[in-house]
This record gives sequence, structure tokens and C-alpha cells, in this order.
Amino acid sequence: MTAFILRQGLIVDGATPQVGDVLVVDGLVAAVGTRIDAPNGAHEIDATGCWVGPGFVDLHTHLREPGREEAETIESGALAGALGGYSALVAMPNTEPALDNVALVSYVLDRGARTPIDIAVAGAITQGRRGEMLAPIAEMAALGVRLFTDDGVGVQDPSLMRRALTYAKPLGVRLAQHCEDELLAGAGSMNEGAVSSRLGLVGRPALAEELMVLRDIELVRLTGGAVHFLHLSTQRSVAMAIAARGEGLPVTFEVAPHHFTLDETSCATFDSMFKVHPPLRTLRDVAALRAALVSGDVDAVATDHAPHAPQLKDLPFDEAPAGMLGLEHAASLTYEALGAESSDPTTFFQLLSRGPARIAQLRHGDHRVRHSAQGGALNPGDDANLVVFDPRQRWTVRREDLASRSTNTPYDARAMTGKVRATLARGRLVVDQGELA
Amino acid sequence: MNINEQRQARKGGLTFLAKSQLLSADDVSRALRRMAHEIVERNHSHSNLAVIGLQTGGIPFATTIASLLGEILGESVQLGLLDVSFYRDDLSINPVPVSSTTAIDHDLTGQTVVLVDDVLFTGRTIRAALNALSDWGRPQSVQLAVMVDRGHRELPIRPDYVGKNLPTSHNEAIVATLDGVWIGTQVPA
Amino acid sequence: MIDSIRGDNLLSLNDLSREAIVEVLDTAESFVEVNQRSIKKVPALKGRVVASLFFEESTRTRLSFETAAKRLSADVLSLAVASSSVKKGESLRDTIATIDALGIDAVVMRHQSSGAALQVSRYVPHVRVINAGDGLHQHPTQGLLDAFTIRQALAERRGTTGLETGAALFANLHILIVGDIRHSRVARSDIAAYVALGAQVRVAAPGTLLPEDIENWPVSVADDFDEALEWADVVGLLRLQRERGSGSFVPSLGEFTQTHGLTFERARRLRPEVLIMHPGPMNRGVEIDSRVADLPAAVIERQVTNGVPIRMAVLYLTVAGSKEGSPK
Repeated sequence: MTAFILRQGLIVDGATPQVGDVLVVDGLVAAVGTRIDAPNGAHEIDATGCWVGPGFVDLHTHLREPGREEAETIESGALAGALGGYSALVAMPNTEPALDNVALVSYVLDRGARTPIDIAVAGAITQGRRGEMLAPIAEMAALGVRLFTDDGVGVQDPSLMRRALTYAKPLGVRLAQHCEDELLAGAGSMNEGAVSSRLGLVGRPALAEELMVLRDIELVRLTGGAVHFLHLSTQRSVAMAIAARGEGLPVTFEVAPHHFTLDETSCATFDSMFKVHPPLRTLRDVAALRAALVSGDVDAVATDHAPHAPQLKDLPFDEAPAGMLGLEHAASLTYEALGAESSDPTTFFQLLSRGPARIAQLRHGDHRVRHSAQGGALNPGDDANLVVFDPRQRWTVRREDLASRSTNTPYDARAMTGKVRATLARGRLVVDQGELA
Repeated sequence: MNINEQRQARKGGLTFLAKSQLLSADDVSRALRRMAHEIVERNHSHSNLAVIGLQTGGIPFATTIASLLGEILGESVQLGLLDVSFYRDDLSINPVPVSSTTAIDHDLTGQTVVLVDDVLFTGRTIRAALNALSDWGRPQSVQLAVMVDRGHRELPIRPDYVGKNLPTSHNEAIVATLDGVWIGTQVPA
Repeated sequence: MIDSIRGDNLLSLNDLSREAIVEVLDTAESFVEVNQRSIKKVPALKGRVVASLFFEESTRTRLSFETAAKRLSADVLSLAVASSSVKKGESLRDTIATIDALGIDAVVMRHQSSGAALQVSRYVPHVRVINAGDGLHQHPTQGLLDAFTIRQALAERRGTTGLETGAALFANLHILIVGDIRHSRVARSDIAAYVALGAQVRVAAPGTLLPEDIENWPVSVADDFDEALEWADVVGLLRLQRERGSGSFVPSLGEFTQTHGLTFERARRLRPEVLIMHPGPMNRGVEIDSRVADLPAAVIERQVTNGVPIRMAVLYLTVAGSKEGSPK
């Protein structure tokens, strides 16, 4: 028998948070209570002053394997995720080749099963993510794939997107859209506006994102298929998605930490660390995203963790690939955005665990993916996927200390508040005292 | 802006704080007249004489000496202006001096050149000036006239005509103009 | 605000104060004189090594910079990167590291990507970086030589010299910039220089060739090109950047000439003292009529000539200068 007992943390399980103990025995939650007697030999973890809740789930991780293993592997990404408090990641399909068939999806699921945390897969909507022909969505769905996306780009052709929604609907799967109209945004490398104009960088207008959000909301209305909007970055996009959801349409959306932390002026030094698609927007957009986080209107925070090998980020800004690391600092940035000391722990776990778990449709007993954080309480008998987050710990990001194979973080040397102290995944203690156990 | 204001502006924000006046305007004027006579006595052939003032402090003295020579000789003497900024050997140590006009409108080959400066100190400015002069030809000889020689030479350079020898210490400063000569210190503005 | 480029990089004119710009123009006056000597060379940068690194070929700018460096007695390493093994996609860091390993004091750099010179300056902080044009961003020495040319021409007319006028001749001077503002690094540098010097700047272009946020720029926008020509004391034309795809921003070159070209008819209506400028190379018959380029009011050749003293001044101030050294 292996047993862990998390002592005297603030248990945030969906009901009113209370200080208490959580007992884990043989990989399952055994008991939750204000004071539990630990069995002999149980490993004690002091969680005093910390928040204890369901492990985080990232809807949006680029693990780069297969094809770009020099930037990240499934294994290194999983470890980075564990350090960030994640017990499950959804691997994006824009690998080389793209995850657009059962063989490749199986490959990633198999590799993922050898890591300490759960690796789910999002399949491509179209073959090769080329936006021309539908990929075998039903076959992949049979393997347990619940999300489909051509992320990196959105499905540009509206009739193809319509067809994909119609096809996906009876399968019970959700299409995740990277919203940017490439005809409007294609040549750009940062947000279009006063900053891009001064820097002589071609812009990606906010409208390129908003048009596709608008289009897809209407396609959802037409087809009844479900859409998840990836990394919405503008005030209007978020407002449209919230309104559509309010009308009862099957629409969800995520926001990424960089979009609610950084704004377009970061690009003024032409540092390609700040290049990302959709681009960093205006301060007004940043403020709108933060307000939506605090008010509980956001379904999920997702990292868009996008490792790139250093030599690629050393290219000129317009030639460098877009994307930045996210897994190891997302929880801290979310905590900060929610107001640091004044942030609400239930909202925090809603954004990082319950919301994304519901969208990813991670289910206990799913084929090769086991995750219990589907939105409920910490129930005895559930897989023990837990995180211990210390909201008072201050730390400083050091790019060379990150577990990711890449170093493209825009937060190097930045001071952070709040840190993951322990991560339990599938009942195993993966991270202890903030380090890989 | 007069020459003195320019000098101040160009010394990188330093201001000259005068301690005492060593020579009056009259003293300066008498010294320059004596130097002009010495130049005439030393040089038997006067037709190829050229006076070249070093920017910026040497210009008023060069102008005066040239006109005195014209008076004494009864014929005008060639006058040129030379800025040696680009020829200095201390560019990597000192902030770049803002350069000013160079105006030498004739070939100096075969000429007797009298370089004129206000204060002779380390000799590095004169070294730079000699280097610069070679770009205008090969003078028959080059002579040096300075209003004040304050010592502390770092190079084997010796003036031919001196208005006044003033032994100084390294941290003192000298300002020499047609209005007089002062000793003092340089302080940040 | 940067008050002097001494010992600094020159990456953009955006942050230069009026004093910093006037210092370059004044220093360039001295180099005009050097360029008139029979021996057009001074030893100011003797023993220094200046690398010219042109990722985007521009024979004119490269020659101008290399001439400037040689007249300052610097050793010049010339790398026509555009035609060498360095291809688009090679890391900027690797390229500059290779050249830095040869031991250089300064790099003059042209690149097709905005910000490339600034990036390189981060990789080699001990080397002075002079931006010779980066993407659509900046072309600082062009902006400086354009300002220098205007000051020189106006000072001559008043029987004085640029050195004596400082920035005074730019007060209330009406400068009209015409053409592809949106894709022009020259326009960005020109506007920064002219505005810092105190001029009033107006731009005239088809709507598609104006930047999206032109209302944030320190310029006014001409409603009518012909009226703006009456207003202007200086008309600065820009090359229509066909290679940057601005062809698709106007229906045809002919239509651009019709609406915004400096045709012979338009030039004839200009007041005779109005200066006509063009950074070259010209599309004769597109933005400028061939006959207009040869009018006495056109100072286009003078702009080319002034490139050398301006670049000498920039190299001299940035490479020979130091920020730390205390004056004696």
C-alpha cells in the first residue's frame, strides 16, 4: 500500500473551501475531512497555507513530438506541465506530421501513457491541417479524442468549417478553433496599431480574430455543433463568445496567460520572445480579459505552451516562429490576474482545472486517459489528480531553470507570486517541494 | 556666441572658474606684437609665410598675428584655420570634441607655416596639427607660436615663439584670450 | 530621449533629441570640408574595423558607407550577405557572431526585417551598430542626410552656413512627404528628424499607402495633393516600393502618377524656391517626371553627395566617441 496525506490545506473542491486533510491510498482519493488519521507509513505533505484542489488541465499544449523533438518532447512537456501543477495536458495536433489519423494519435497516447501525467490528444480537423479535406474525425473519436483543431491556423473556409461542425455534432466531440482570418492577418507579426506602425512591422488586426469568432458563432447557430474558441485575445472576441454562450449556444472559450499579462508594447524591442499568434493586444484588451477572469465569465485558462528551439527565436522578428512557453508559469500568472491575495480560490480552480476538464471531456476510465477532475468534488474513489498551490510563495523565472527543452519564455527574470508546491497525478507524487520528485 | 562661450560649451559641460588674472589685455597685445616681430626676424623670406590658427582657442591670436605681420611687412599674409579633432590620438579616451571649421585654401608645399595656439600644454594638439598639415602638402618649415606655455609636455615639442611662460600644476587651468590670461580650475557646470 | 549619439548605436531617429540631430549635422559640415580637400582622408578611425553587412543589397548605400569609413581611415570588412551563403532563415546571432569573431568595432547593417539592427545590437553589445535600413522601420542616415541637405540649401540661399543656423531654418518650414508612407522606412526616419528639428510635416498619399494609425503620427494629412504642393517649402518624394508589394495597394502605377506623381505640370506650378527631394533610386515617370528630376530646384544629386559626410559624422561620433569618458 502507498499512501499520501495532504495536511491542513485549504481544500477547494467546488463547495465552500475548508481547511482539512486529503488522504490518498493506492492512487485513489480515500478520504477528505477536517482531520484524518493517517495509516502507518503514509507520506505526509504539509499543505498549511496552501490551496489543495484538482490537478490543472491544459487544453492547449504544443508538445512538438513527433517532428520537433529538439524543441520539446512528450516527456519533457509532461514534466514541465507537472511542475506547473498540471495532471493532464491536451496535446495539440500541429506536429510534423500533423496528428490527423489514428496511428499518430495512438503514438502520442502511448508515449503520453509513459509520462507521469495524463496526455490527451486533440486531433486535426482537416488532413494535414491544410484546411481542404476532413480528417478521419470519427476514427479518432473512437480512440477517445474529444477535441479537434487545426490550431496554428483556423479553418479558413467557412463551408468546410460548417461541414466539420455538422459531422462532429453526432459524435459528441468539440471543434476548437484558432480564430484568425489569414487573409487579413497572414503577413502580420504583431498586433496592428500604433505600435506596429511605428516599428514598421506588418500588423495582425484584431478584426482578423473577431471576424472568425463572429463567423463561427453563426455556424454553431446554424449547425448545432459545439465550438471551443482557443486563446481569445480581444475585448470584442470575449464579449461575443460570452454573449453566444449566454444565448445557450454550445460555445466555450479559453484565454491564455500572455494575453491577460502582456500587451503589444512588449514588442517594441523587437524581441521575438513576445511574438505569438494571436498577437499581444492593447492594454484595453488586457484589462477586459482580466475583468472577465475575475467575474468568472471565462471557461478556462489555457497556456498555448509553444516551445521553439533557440535558433529559431534568434531570427528577425518577422521571420521568427510565433509562440511562447506557458506551462510552468500559468498558475502564478492566473493567481496574479485574479488579484493575488484577494483572488478567489474557487475561481482559480474553476479556470485551471474544472473548466478545462469539462471542455476536454476527460472521463474516468477513458481509453488510456484517466482523469477525475471533471468538475465535481474530490470524491473518495476518484483518481488522485491533485495540486498543492502555495499562494504566498514568491519566485523568479529563470529561463535556464525551466524543465521545458526550450527557453522561449517572455517572463525571464520576472518576479512571480504563487507557486505549485506539489502535484499528484494518478496517485503518484510527481512534484514535491516545487521540484520533480 | 563668441569664442569664449564656444570654448565653454565645447569643453563637455565644464566651466572655468577663474582664480586670478595673470595678464591684462594690454599685456597680451604687447606680447603678440613682440611675437610678430620675432617671426619677421627669424624668417628672411616673407613671401611664403602662412599663419594657421588652431581651432578654437588659437584663432583670435592667429588672426591678430597675421594682421600684425601684414602691418610690419606691408603685404598681407595667408591665414588659415585648422581643426585637429579628426587627428587626435585620444579619441578613445576623451569624448569626441565637436569639430569646427577647417579653412586652408591653398597648398602648403614650400611654405613656412606658423601654427598658432592659445595654450601649449601636453603637446598632443600640436602633434595632431603636424599630422594634419601633411594633408595640405609639404611645408618648407613649421614653426609654433603660443600665447601661453604652461609646461607638462608629454611629447618632444617646443614652441618657437611664446607670449608668456607660466609654470602651472596639472589640476590648474589656463584661459587665454585677447582680453587677458587667467588661471583657475575647471568645474562641472 | 537621446541627446547625443556619441559612443552609442544609431538604430532609429525616433528617440533622438534636436540637440543630438544638430550635433550630427554640424559634425557633417566639417566632413564636407574634408571631402573637398585633395587628400580626402583623416585618421580619426585609424585602426578601427567597420563591417558592412548588407542582407538586402543596396549598392548605393553600401558604397556611401564604405567610402565614409575609408575616409575616416577605418578598415572596412564588406560582406555582401545577400549574395553569400547566408540565406534567409539563418540565425542573426550566428551571422553576427562569425563577423564579431574577426574583431570589429562597428557594424553597418541593412536588413529586410524591421528591428534586425536592434536585435544584433543585443547580441554584440561591445560593437557599435549603425542601422543602414531595416525593413519598414528606419533608415536613420537617410533621414539625417535629408535634413542636412535641406539645411545646407536653405542656408546657402540666405548667405550663411548650416553650422551657424543650428535648427533655426526648420522653424515653421513646410515639408510635404509624398507617396508610399506606409511601407517607407525613409518616411519614418525623415518625419522623426524633421519634427525634432521643428518643421511642420504634411503627408500626401492614396489612403492605402498611409499607415493605419496616421492620426497618431506628428504630421497632418493632405486632403488635396495640389493644394499641399502650394503649401510646401520642401517636397520629399518617396520611391514607390513595388518590391514590397505596394503595387497591390494602388490599382496601377499610372493611376498613382495621375493622383500623386510629381508630373512636369505640377512641378511647373511650384514656387521656384521649393526644394524637390528623392532618396533614390527613382522610378522616373512614376513618382517623379524625368524632367522634374533635372530641374534646378531638385536637390536629388546633392542628397547622394551629402550621404558621405553624414555617414562620416555618424561613424565618427558613434565609433570614436565614448559615453563614459570624462572631458579633460
